[in-house]
Amino acid sequence: MSDRPPIRASDEDLRVVEALRAGDEPSFAMLVDRYRAPMLRVAQMYVSTRAVAEEVVQDTWVGVLRGLDAFEGRSSLRTWIFRILANTAKTRGQREARSTPFSSVWAAGDDEPAVDPDRFFPDDDPSAPRGWRSLPARWDAIPEERLLGKETLDRIREAIDALPANQREVIRLRDVLGWGSAEVCNALEISETNQRVLLHRARAKVRRALEAYLGEEGPS
Amino acid sequence: MSAPVDMNCKGLVELVTDYLEGALPEAERASLEQHLAGCEGCSAYLEQMRVTIALTGRLTEDAIPADGREELLDVFRAWKEQTSSW
Repeated sequence: MSDRPPIRASDEDLRVVEALRAGDEPSFAMLVDRYRAPMLRVAQMYVSTRAVAEEVVQDTWVGVLRGLDAFEGRSSLRTWIFRILANTAKTRGQREARSTPFSSVWAAGDDEPAVDPDRFFPDDDPSAPRGWRSLPARWDAIPEERLLGKETLDRIREAIDALPANQREVIRLRDVLGWGSAEVCNALEISETNQRVLLHRARAKVRRALEAYLGEEGPS
Repeated sequence: MSAPVDMNCKGLVELVTDYLEGALPEAERASLEQHLAGCEGCSAYLEQMRVTIALTGRLTEDAIPADGREELLDVFRAWKEQTSSW
């Protein structure tokens, strides 16, 4: 449940760290290619411009290389890199004298229902209080080429792009990149509960976008 | 055993993520599963959510411009030079 053991470095992580210590550039390039995009986006949550975020990412890699000897494998390599990123970005953001406190970066904000409340009968309905008024469709009858088609994936991408930044980054790390919950919480320094609320809202909106699209008449 | 938790469709949809994450207290999980077993709408909803998660996992990271990559490799080269000169 909430007290999951922390994710330790994998054997691959340890091998990569060894290679970096030995000065192996391809290993470094592989990490850069893998994490540059999500690092840039997370950095942008703390600083004002893309250019500053690029600098934060660059400073983070400097920090990663300088810290290599201190890496003990008590967290996964990517969690460790992202913690350095968050600290670098915060320091930089403080220098920019931003007006919003960092605690609000990951704040979930006001309640938002996962499903349009009109889809349910009212609380005082005599027969089915708070029950479905219109049932969600079963998607197992949808032909695979439509369900897995490019257009479906485009709708998901659009829905994710339209999310508030904190929901967007959480769903990207969890569901697009496949990070575990504990890793995301450690990397972003947020609580499990906080992360679940952001993930819940993000997934709910992506589902709604899919429902709208898949409910349309498909090409016959 | 805690008291059974009253479960309805409108409430269930808000618990789906906690359920899938294994974060629901036992009594709530049991009552959610009991509700699911008898509710066509909620089982379809949960299935939709599972499909949503699986489809999201098929997305790939947006391509980012290649500029900036070389600067990062320079960071590595500079670091390597510095450490090997010790």
